[in-house]
Amino acid sequence: MKSLGSIRRDFAPWNDPNAKPYIQFDKVTKKFGDFTAVNNLSLTIFEREFFALLGASGCGKSTLLRMLAGFEEPSAGRILLDGQDLRGIPPYKRPVNMMFQSYALFPHMTVEKNIAFGLKQEGMPGADVEKRVAEMLKLVKLEQFAKRKPHQLSGGQRQRVALARSVAKRPKVLLLDEPLGALDKKLREETQFELMDLQQELGLTFVVVTHDQEEAMTMADRIAIMDKGEVMQVATPAEIYEAPASRFVAHFVGNVNMFEGKVAEHTTSTTRITGATGAQIVVDNGSNAAAGSDIVFAIRPEKIRVSSKKPADAVNALEGEIYDVAYLGDMTVYHIKLDDGQIVRASALNASRVTEDPLTWNDRAWVSFRPDAGVVLAR
Amino acid sequence: MNSTWSRFNITSIVLGFAFLYLPIVLLIVFSFNESKLVTVWGGFSTKWYVSLFHNQGLMDATWVTARVGVISATVATVLGTLAALTLTRFTRFRGRVLFSGMVFAPLVMPEVITGLSLLLLFVAVGLDRGFLTVTLAHITLTMCFVAVVVQSRLVSFDRSLEEAAMDLGAPPVKTFFQITLPVILPAIISGWMLAFTLSLDDLVIASFTSGPGATTLPMKIYSQVRLGVTPEINAACTILIAVVAVGVIIASIANKRREIQRQLDEQAAQRG
Repeated sequence: MKSLGSIRRDFAPWNDPNAKPYIQFDKVTKKFGDFTAVNNLSLTIFEREFFALLGASGCGKSTLLRMLAGFEEPSAGRILLDGQDLRGIPPYKRPVNMMFQSYALFPHMTVEKNIAFGLKQEGMPGADVEKRVAEMLKLVKLEQFAKRKPHQLSGGQRQRVALARSVAKRPKVLLLDEPLGALDKKLREETQFELMDLQQELGLTFVVVTHDQEEAMTMADRIAIMDKGEVMQVATPAEIYEAPASRFVAHFVGNVNMFEGKVAEHTTSTTRITGATGAQIVVDNGSNAAAGSDIVFAIRPEKIRVSSKKPADAVNALEGEIYDVAYLGDMTVYHIKLDDGQIVRASALNASRVTEDPLTWNDRAWVSFRPDAGVVLAR
Repeated sequence: MNSTWSRFNITSIVLGFAFLYLPIVLLIVFSFNESKLVTVWGGFSTKWYVSLFHNQGLMDATWVTARVGVISATVATVLGTLAALTLTRFTRFRGRVLFSGMVFAPLVMPEVITGLSLLLLFVAVGLDRGFLTVTLAHITLTMCFVAVVVQSRLVSFDRSLEEAAMDLGAPPVKTFFQITLPVILPAIISGWMLAFTLSLDDLVIASFTSGPGATTLPMKIYSQVRLGVTPEINAACTILIAVVAVGVIIASIANKRREIQRQLDEQAAQRG
């Protein structure tokens, strides 16, 4: 069976027309004065989903999260949670909890008091509060830090306290605003997997805001790519990467080579493209661009093969010269200047320690790729 | 940094400190003077301290000053904190610039003008001058100082703390008392202490707005000095200096210890 990306996803309510949406943004607009932070945005999130809002700073992703938490009200449109319209419900009455980017731990309270704060607000009896706090401390492995104050903890420990505090009330939805932004790289990678395990264990719906594409790709079931207050694409990480819907998405996530051209011929199975400088490219992955239309062909660097001779079986092969090479250990990155002047980035996984066909600066080289390796996008 | 003790450094330090502290040292020394003549040393004695406590006029003035100080500082702290909250939180209301300017204007207003205008006001509304008017005047004087101190703390206050509390189910009023107030409390306390000190210290405004039976300590001292300086006044001033010095020393020791504790805590956190 063929599938996009290497992970098979059994959990996919978004493909099920009968699945009931859990969180719905319905034509939501948010304006701050003249500035439109979120523009007529509609989005559906399902129960138990790990959903990521990914975008550059100022794209409106945090505003979306804050509207869900109740700190901002939409200027227009509705937000529904489990069928209930959230308009007018203040943050302290919403069944969602948020983990803040700054963690927002109460500096004058100990770790256990911080975690107990939300439970006490809902009037839970003292003994139950204690039990739940102990449970949460165990969950985030901070049992021996219960009596410490936030300033007596390291960054990673604070992050875990913030997490424990936000899940202690068993919210319907947990909102995470750049949850790993303040951690160093190694800790961030560990914590990504911890968060995924926690989400599985508690069976909660997570909505995470991030600007880090790797973080979103690692953790999320689905990602919404946002730009200027609008959603550019909502899809699984593999779809976002392998089948981006637009030039913006292709550029935003990962590296990409773009060839501008015209559709020369279009049949049911293949599309033949003539590049701006005459290069011919054949694509067979179901593009429906009509003949004569202006398009771009986008292809990821690792889908391109670099060799000193033209491969005999290659459908698409272009000749050029090695312009730059970088050996990174796990892979090698080539920049090849094609004869028409365009520079192509290609990366090769170093699957073996020795290579038959070593290349270096200024060598003549061929770049080749399969007809299903790239996608055709509107110009 | 050059840390050698050059002759120039030593000279400037000696001169500087002499300039600052010689008058005070003289005052303290002469408060222990046996002689009634202020500028002639007649041997060591503590008799002026004893007689001080039998001087009913001075004792009354001290009591008035303490009450005016505590009441005006407390009211000024409440009002100043509210003003600071409004100025930092509601940044977009109409007339904010005017309002903040008006809150802080008394900081630079000559005291004579504040005193005089308050006097005119009290006369106009027919308020008898006395304890109440001095207290009101001191609230006016000190409120803006409290506002400045509290506002500087609020500017660095992380609003997400309040959002987190509300997110966890605490309504706004509860959030204020359980989160905001405890976090900014040190600034409020320093604001109160500043207000109290200013009230304790004030002579000009008190002279304008006080009436019979509400003579504050600075007024009393000033009026007695005009009749001739007595060693008794020196003794009173020495006690005032001692009270202020002890307060400052306690505050700085507490501050230092907190700082050390914080560093220890942070080292402990680094170790995990």
